[in-house]
Amino acid sequence: MISFILRRILYTVPIMLGVSLVCFALVHISPGDPLVSILPPDASVELQQQMMAIYGFDRSYPEQFLRWLGRAVQGDLGNSIATGRPVASEVFNAVGNTLILAVTATIIGFTLGGLFGFVAGYFRDSWIDKLATAISVIGVSVPHYWLGMVMVIIFSVELRWLPATGAGPGGSSQWIWDWEHMQYLILPAITMSVIPMGIVARTVRALVADILQQEFVSGLRAKGLLDRGVLAHVIKNAAPTALAVMGLQLGYLLGGSILIETVFSWPGTGFLLGQAIFQRDLPLLQGTILVLAMFFVILNLLVDVAQTSLDPRLQRG
Amino acid sequence: MTPLPSQSDTPLVRVHDLSVRFAGTPPVHAVNNVSFDLAPGEVLGILGESGSGKSVTLKTLLRLLPERKTRITGTIEVDGQDVLSLQGRALADHRGGVASMIFQDPSLALDPVYTIGQQIAETVIRHEGASKTDAMARALEMLELVRIPSARRRLDNYPHEMSGGMRQRAMIALALACRPKLLLADEPTTALDATVQIQILLLLRDLQQELGMGVIFVTHDIGVAVEVSDRLAVMYAGSFVETGSVRDVIRDARHPYSKGLLAANLVGAVPGTRLDAVPGAPPALSALPEGCSFAPRCAHAEAACSASPIPVWTGGDGRWARCVQASRAEAMAGAGGRS
Ligand SMILES: Nc1ncnc2c1ncn2[C@@H]1O[C@H](COP(=O)(O)OP(=O)(O)OP(=O)(O)O)[C@@H](O)[C@H]1O
Ligand SMILES: [Mg+2]
Repeated sequence: MISFILRRILYTVPIMLGVSLVCFALVHISPGDPLVSILPPDASVELQQQMMAIYGFDRSYPEQFLRWLGRAVQGDLGNSIATGRPVASEVFNAVGNTLILAVTATIIGFTLGGLFGFVAGYFRDSWIDKLATAISVIGVSVPHYWLGMVMVIIFSVELRWLPATGAGPGGSSQWIWDWEHMQYLILPAITMSVIPMGIVARTVRALVADILQQEFVSGLRAKGLLDRGVLAHVIKNAAPTALAVMGLQLGYLLGGSILIETVFSWPGTGFLLGQAIFQRDLPLLQGTILVLAMFFVILNLLVDVAQTSLDPRLQRG
Repeated sequence: MTPLPSQSDTPLVRVHDLSVRFAGTPPVHAVNNVSFDLAPGEVLGILGESGSGKSVTLKTLLRLLPERKTRITGTIEVDGQDVLSLQGRALADHRGGVASMIFQDPSLALDPVYTIGQQIAETVIRHEGASKTDAMARALEMLELVRIPSARRRLDNYPHEMSGGMRQRAMIALALACRPKLLLADEPTTALDATVQIQILLLLRDLQQELGMGVIFVTHDIGVAVEVSDRLAVMYAGSFVETGSVRDVIRDARHPYSKGLLAANLVGAVPGTRLDAVPGAPPALSALPEGCSFAPRCAHAEAACSASPIPVWTGGDGRWARCVQASRAEAMAGAGGRS
């Protein structure tokens, strides 16, 4: 097991290198002048070249990449062109906000999705199953930015129960776990939880239905287990796969949703990414993408390890 | 083998006029009017080809069939209990406590993510309310009973870490953990290599004698059936067509289907022989012919064979065959003897 984990960690090194190369390349392949957003339209050629030199855009791509990578490893992602603030701290802040939103949405989505899926799979083809399936299909197919806007219209505009945008009173970006701040979290979190809820429900339903078809369930009943005993076996059998799916979903949520964060002006990574793209803020864009990509790599690693430790058949390989 | 129990014993199992039908279009008549008794400590072998309803019969004895789509009629009594009326906890107590089952393929019938020890212990805890430690001790005892080498280490094995034969031993240990009075064995050796088959068979026979439980042993292998059984029942298209002691059926089969099976397979009856020597194929269980369901395949079929009910020939010692010809031959022999 330990050697598996070590090996698995080693595998991530080339993946991370590749990912950072892709991050760098994607941003530089895209057309357009990186300094267009801060230079006045009538700037002189000298000023332009001076600025190019300051940001290092005048060097060759491989050199730029290595310098960027070298600094990134030390936690320095450069400065935002638009605000001049360090990218690392901007991203760090946004990651914090996205985490708050994503984790809340995850808890809501996985709990409800797991529950719906399990009940639907256990009582397959009953009316409960049909209801749960309908809910999860709606959850997967309704466009979530649309759902977000509908929620804002109902709960903020019409009923005036909850604030529509931002992450705290007066546009504060410093998160505190009190009601003042939490009411800003409710609408985006519910909106965001709908997708993983649908996907988790569908996955768990299929898993549970499949497990119940297997002969060992007959075996469990044949030895006299009561329903709750059988249930424990079903859960343990479903756990590894369910966990893998949940891990991926968590990954998507942690990546932040540009659409949802934009609809609710939630200052997370998705929002930041949107800003970076529209302002052509290259260092910010690179840094945000890199951090998000690393998130995925590490999350995959954790899911693999968790899955392996839960499923005896995957061990000792 | 154990001596034939005397007739006066109250039977451990009493099945009367059992029919099992699966809903569907068309419905499947998987078991049709099956009746038999099993004395305590007796071994009944049910012999029949694939799809004849052997597994369904066994599963019905534990009520393992999907409740919603299955219609069961007739009566089943095991150890004085009316099995078809059991519900909830009483049914769960019956399963694994009074009667337990060994499945055909142990690699499918054991939970892949629990260790063998856990799976046996769980049963003991469920039925006897034992503590975890005591249940594990019992599990170890059971693994030793089924002669699994280095049993203590095997307790912590998952099913996929064992060989096929070892897994079937573990399955047997699991089935016997709560000392059931009735063991249902559904082709327990079919999925195994020939040499392992014989070992498992010998083990089962030894354990049956040691523990004295009643066994219903289902197989499509005559050699196996003869090896382990006291009595034989030949099953065809969901019905019993002939029963009797192993010796009587082997020496003097009366039903043309049994005769065909025996003629083809008995010469040097070795475990592993399949019942494929009777020409033709059994009828679909969703469209059984009127009268004798073997008639379309029978070389001696006549008009009377397609009319219900088919007369039953009875011999001594619980022996009978459901066949027009067998009953007529007997009647003629009887008439001839008297004149
Ligand atoms: N749950 C079910 N629903 C519908 N039909 C079923 C079900 N279980 C069994 N059957 C049908 O009942 C018939 C008898 O099946 P059964 O499994 O008892 O055969 P078998 O004698 O055990 O054969 P084998 O030697 O292949 O195991 C088959 O035609 C099968 O398709
Ligand atoms: Mg079968």
